[in-house]
Amino acid sequence: MSITVDDHALIDQAHHKQSFVSRWLMSTNHKDIGTLYITMAFIGACFGGVLSMIMRQQLMYPHNDIITNGNTWNAIITAHGLIMIFWFVMPALIGGMGNWFVPMMIGAPDMAFPRLNNMSFWFLAAGFVFVLLGLFLDSGTGAGWTLYPPLDNAQYSPGVATDFTLFSLHLAGISSLLGAINFIATILNMRAPGMTMHKMPLFCWAILVTAFLLLLAIPVLAGAVTMLIMDRNFGTSFFEPSGGGDPVLFQHLFWFFGHPEVYIMILPAFGIISHVVSTFSKKPIFGYLGMAYAMVIIGFVGFVVWAHHMFVSAISTDSKIYFEVATLIIAVPTGIKVFSWIATMWGGSIEFKTPMLWAVGFIFLFVIGGATGVVLANAGLDQELHNDYFLVAHFHYVLSMGAAFAIFAGFYFWIGKMSGHPYPEFWGKVHFWTFFVGVNLTFFPQHFLGLAGMPRRYPDYADAFAGWNFVSSVGSIISGLSTLVFFYVLYAVFTSKEKLADNYWGEGATTLEWAVPSPAPHHTFEDVPIIR
Amino acid sequence: MKRKDGLAMKLAMLALATALVVHGHCAFAQGAAPDPTAAANGYVDAPHNWQMWFPAAGSPMQARIDWLMKYVLWIMAGVVGFVAILLGYVLIRFRAGRHPKPSQTTHNTLIEIIWVVVPCIILAIIIIPSIHLIYYEANASDPYMTVTVTGHQWYWEYKYNAVPGLDYSSYMIPDDQIKPGEIRRLSVDHPLVLPVGKKIRFVITSADVLHGFYLPSLGVQKYAIPGTDLTSWTTIEKPGTYFGQCNQICGMDHDAMPIEIKAVPLKDYLAWTKIALANYTDNTVSSPLSSPMPRNQLADATR
Repeated sequence: MSITVDDHALIDQAHHKQSFVSRWLMSTNHKDIGTLYITMAFIGACFGGVLSMIMRQQLMYPHNDIITNGNTWNAIITAHGLIMIFWFVMPALIGGMGNWFVPMMIGAPDMAFPRLNNMSFWFLAAGFVFVLLGLFLDSGTGAGWTLYPPLDNAQYSPGVATDFTLFSLHLAGISSLLGAINFIATILNMRAPGMTMHKMPLFCWAILVTAFLLLLAIPVLAGAVTMLIMDRNFGTSFFEPSGGGDPVLFQHLFWFFGHPEVYIMILPAFGIISHVVSTFSKKPIFGYLGMAYAMVIIGFVGFVVWAHHMFVSAISTDSKIYFEVATLIIAVPTGIKVFSWIATMWGGSIEFKTPMLWAVGFIFLFVIGGATGVVLANAGLDQELHNDYFLVAHFHYVLSMGAAFAIFAGFYFWIGKMSGHPYPEFWGKVHFWTFFVGVNLTFFPQHFLGLAGMPRRYPDYADAFAGWNFVSSVGSIISGLSTLVFFYVLYAVFTSKEKLADNYWGEGATTLEWAVPSPAPHHTFEDVPIIR
Repeated sequence: MKRKDGLAMKLAMLALATALVVHGHCAFAQGAAPDPTAAANGYVDAPHNWQMWFPAAGSPMQARIDWLMKYVLWIMAGVVGFVAILLGYVLIRFRAGRHPKPSQTTHNTLIEIIWVVVPCIILAIIIIPSIHLIYYEANASDPYMTVTVTGHQWYWEYKYNAVPGLDYSSYMIPDDQIKPGEIRRLSVDHPLVLPVGKKIRFVITSADVLHGFYLPSLGVQKYAIPGTDLTSWTTIEKPGTYFGQCNQICGMDHDAMPIEIKAVPLKDYLAWTKIALANYTDNTVSSPLSSPMPRNQLADATR
């Protein structure tokens, strides 16, 4: 793929002065909105991270007294889960990096619906206020992020906290839905001439598939949440057995959304990793079409495996077999991705810059998380492992190490393009290695806790689980300190006087965003770039 | 001959005396009758510190789960190891310092077919024994007896379907009342007593919110769902004490409703049912001394 961009088209809009209010509160520019999303993700990650530090401190010793009230504990685990998913991973990957780089990569001047884009962000910001109210009001929402009734119905969770949490999901859901519509319209209609679907960068493919998943999954969540709100406030009984309803129905609806949500969080990560691996190996992606369609297949199959979250709930034997087999099949396209990344590196000339460290860390840890996922997909084994710490370890390996590593890979990869300043390479590497040690020390011992039978969502546990819990908590302290290193990296970037070239990664970086100045001008392309 | 008899007599007397002392120590409710669940005290299948694997299998089901877990985990360890070696090799062999000129290869049809077909074969190897286990776990037919397990906020209720009237609640022993020999957060005031070597069916339900009936050492786990009866089963192989915990978030004291099972020989179990019937009235424990918190009035009223 060769790219022609007229230099005179890239006039820096230095003269383009807007007031703070009009630039940041009424923003219609995809980069500004992307920055807002990344700021939201940063705030969300800080909140969610502090909650996780509190939890690990409580779990450091048995019979600990940091949190003595079970309701407070349940409110914290609920908020941690929801905030990390909806206000950290999703805004970082989709709203943040998606907004910043999808239009740039396809040669579009902006997103298709700039005002809708702004609205998406502010719905999400309002949702964050609501989820915090759900944490702090009354005794908080204590149903877990899965929100299973009857625990969160009016009888067992009286008070407004649960309503705020439910409405926060509506707000985040509307935000995601509008964002998804915007991405689909942008990617399908606004590609530069010559940028066919099969030439489109993999990050755009990833966001496109993610947007379709959101488009189809979010309405189901919205329906389920609406029914919960009705049950709580208007006396309906969708999930209330005494009125002919069924709590299991909620589980089906929730996971029909919840499982695609898993891929919503990891597909953009796949996209970022592909770019980073290709750039630092100085090689084009190996098996581009296989990579793109593997994501399409993952997205498609991801919709028909939801009940593997319900293997010990009300589910028939035959359904178990179907859902187990369907779930295992996802390992095949995921394998295509992992092997293609390795094949991309094969024969390359690999430069170990910070983004590449995060990408390689991602691949290795994601494979571990994937392997435990194959274990958990076995319905027969899930009868032992369901809801215990083996599961907690599994999903933190794919999220806390998978999605979060990809977010950091993307951050170090693109921060120069976003800010115009380089990050300090040494401190980036310190951040990576301390975080790598920290998260592995936190989550690997949790496999053992799970095998020994420790259930999740427990503020206090039998003394026999003390050893590995202590190790895990020490790991979380290391991850916390590592995050302080990241804060320093941010400080260094924003106080740097150094300017970066258009393409500061050199020959390996071939997508369109490297053809424009760093930082990217307010309006990326004034003339349409031609891709031959 | 005579002398031998005398020795045997003495030994029997000694055994009786020992037994009396033991019974005296763990006197059941009234203190007069011998405790028929004493046989379960010899073997305690509880988690231990720094444990890295499943609990010792207490049932054939758990033994099968243990076997399949090892089978799948070794295969996956092989996969992870293979990827790790591949990744390590690539990172060393093709680092910029050693391999300055990158190739531009982006396709190799054969290798792309291999990495689709080989994972499919591995999955098939996993799926076959896995499906057998699903059928095995689902077969709760022809039990010797059925226990209806009902989750409450925050205790378990056990109803013995074959023993009319035998229906009682089981509360965790609060942390400040733990006595030597009991396990904090796992021991309960009135354990579930079951016969060994017999197939026991659990019918699991809930009186209020969702709970999880989770017995790791027996390989049993099912949600307790209000309005729905789920079924699982177990056969406990040897007399002993087995533990479980609530494994589905159920509110404030989710971590304070463990399950304790005393598995005893059949005749001891039968003896226990008689004593239990005399001591436990319908769904009410005669001496709820150690109830950690007041019963949830709302939950009981709606039942």
